[in-house]
Amino acid sequence: MSHAEDPSGERRDFLYYATAGTGVVVAGAAAWPLVNSMNPSADTRAASQMRVDVSGVAEGSQLTVLFLGKPIFIRRRTAEEIESARAVEVSELPDPESRNANDEAADAADANRTLAPFEGDDTGEWLVMQGVCTHLGCVPLGDGAGDFGGWFCPCHGSHYDAAGRIRRGPAPRNLPIPAAEFIDETTILLG
Amino acid sequence: MGGIPHDHYEPNSRGEKWLHRRLPIVGLMYDTLMIPTPKNLNWMWIWGIVLVFTLVMQIITGILLVMHYTPHVDLAFASVEHIMRNVNGGWAIRYIHQNGASLFFIAVYLHIFRGLYYGSYKAPREVTWIIGMLIYVLMMGTAFMGYVLPWGQMSFWGATVITGLFGAIPFIGEGIQTWLLGGPAVDNATLNRFLSLHYLLPFLILGLVIVHVWAFHTTGNNNPTGVEVRRTSKAEAEKDTLPFWPYFVIKDLFALAVILVAFFAVVGFMPNYLGHPDNYIEANPLATPAHIVPEWYFLPFYAILRAFDNEVWVVIAANFLTGGIVDAAFFGVVAMFGAIVVMALAPWLDTSSVRSGRYRPMFKAWFWVFIVNFFVLMWVGARPAEGIYPYIALIGSTYWFAYFLVILPLLGVIEKPLPQPSTIEEDFNEHVGGGSSGTPGSGTAAAPTPAE
Repeated sequence: MSHAEDPSGERRDFLYYATAGTGVVVAGAAAWPLVNSMNPSADTRAASQMRVDVSGVAEGSQLTVLFLGKPIFIRRRTAEEIESARAVEVSELPDPESRNANDEAADAADANRTLAPFEGDDTGEWLVMQGVCTHLGCVPLGDGAGDFGGWFCPCHGSHYDAAGRIRRGPAPRNLPIPAAEFIDETTILLG
Repeated sequence: MGGIPHDHYEPNSRGEKWLHRRLPIVGLMYDTLMIPTPKNLNWMWIWGIVLVFTLVMQIITGILLVMHYTPHVDLAFASVEHIMRNVNGGWAIRYIHQNGASLFFIAVYLHIFRGLYYGSYKAPREVTWIIGMLIYVLMMGTAFMGYVLPWGQMSFWGATVITGLFGAIPFIGEGIQTWLLGGPAVDNATLNRFLSLHYLLPFLILGLVIVHVWAFHTTGNNNPTGVEVRRTSKAEAEKDTLPFWPYFVIKDLFALAVILVAFFAVVGFMPNYLGHPDNYIEANPLATPAHIVPEWYFLPFYAILRAFDNEVWVVIAANFLTGGIVDAAFFGVVAMFGAIVVMALAPWLDTSSVRSGRYRPMFKAWFWVFIVNFFVLMWVGARPAEGIYPYIALIGSTYWFAYFLVILPLLGVIEKPLPQPSTIEEDFNEHVGGGSSGTPGSGTAAAPTPAE
């Protein structure tokens, strides 16, 4: 007996699920543009490259520029800083990865984080980093601040060494290194 | 409304009858206002009215402030100074709104602690409790976004740190953070959307407040004894209750008047006492203030957020077990939101069949440790994260979770409660009618009650 009713029941079920499914898809398709409107706008996305003149940066000083709303530290390190950063074994570091957008697979050895000059070998003189603490995004203080002669985040007490690697505190990762290169003797292209 | 027997609205005149047949709105208001209310309520039951008043005050002052405020990174800071100096009475409106946020949180914390002590969250009031927790979370979101609008240093860096919390979520965090900010960092897009949401959320809170009131009007109020109002007959119910109007309205308005005296003393004489001087420096993305501190009402949760660094064994264990996916930053975020979640789950974590803490000798001690711990966390949240402070924060955070996840479930099993009065009337006559001393541990004095 129930066989006679099944076809209409199945048809009813099918129509129900088809309608509900279509409704969900339409609602989702209508919601997505609204959600997406909150993502970065075209002009924000367009400002993704910047040239920085570093001719005025003396040894042992740091230039801070604002790039994509975040500070970029461009430090010309002293010989002592280079020496102290190179003396650290990768195995001693909380975060053993380079966090370098120019060389993602490398380990956090000092040589994998510095920026090579326009010509010649990488002497480790130039260190270009995003000055944003990997804990919660404060700007660390520089000029040898902290217990490791590098940077210190005043918000929650993260210590970074002279290569911008996390050494102690709540921050989980080394300071990230943005895509950057020297495009002539004194100009760095960010992004 | 409600299960407590009482007289309902009867339309008398022809006009009333005409309206009542078409829209029973007068009846709804009458039943809401005349709800039978336990007559032994003490002074901790005034905070609901204080909260409703504060919400309305914040909405009205906020609407006025928006008329003079400019949500743009170059103009916002100056427009707030324009409100302070040029707008007629602008300084008063802004200081009322700014300190109104603090009044709101003082009242909500006392309201929540009242609920925790007297077991107001227990069956059948779980839904009231959950809605209350939702309101509390929305309040925190609203207050946070409002604090960003003046575009001072603390605004900017507070926004950076708090939105950074979302960036700590594994895999999808960075995308969520960028979506929330509308760019790679806190900037003009962020400021604009925060104004939009800061304007929207209070109206959602208002809607939830109505549902909150509806929920406890359905179950009836809790009271200091935790004993239910007798519902077997109207005569018995009337021995346990008084109508909300005029008895409790007048009592609540008196309390509100006293509180507003203190509030306006703060607004008039020390309006920046609870703020930070750094927020009178315009936002600068290149310089972090030496010491980022959230507003006082966030400090206990901020302390919990910071307590779990990568030297704590649970963090190390979580990191190991998840193969490095859960790091210290994400663990801290989970702990902070988890602290609110465990509080929201109190109705199901508390196993005791006795509602009011007044009759629970062991619970009482743990409860007061919880309150002291709340203030310790608040204090340590304002200290720098160095020296002994992280350890204090860790102990305080551990107690917070232990209170809800261990102490409340266990006490119901091991505690021997004191005898409870059989009716509210009995308690009322003993404490108030008989003129004896105040209620133990509730921090209230038995004031002479209205009429009867």
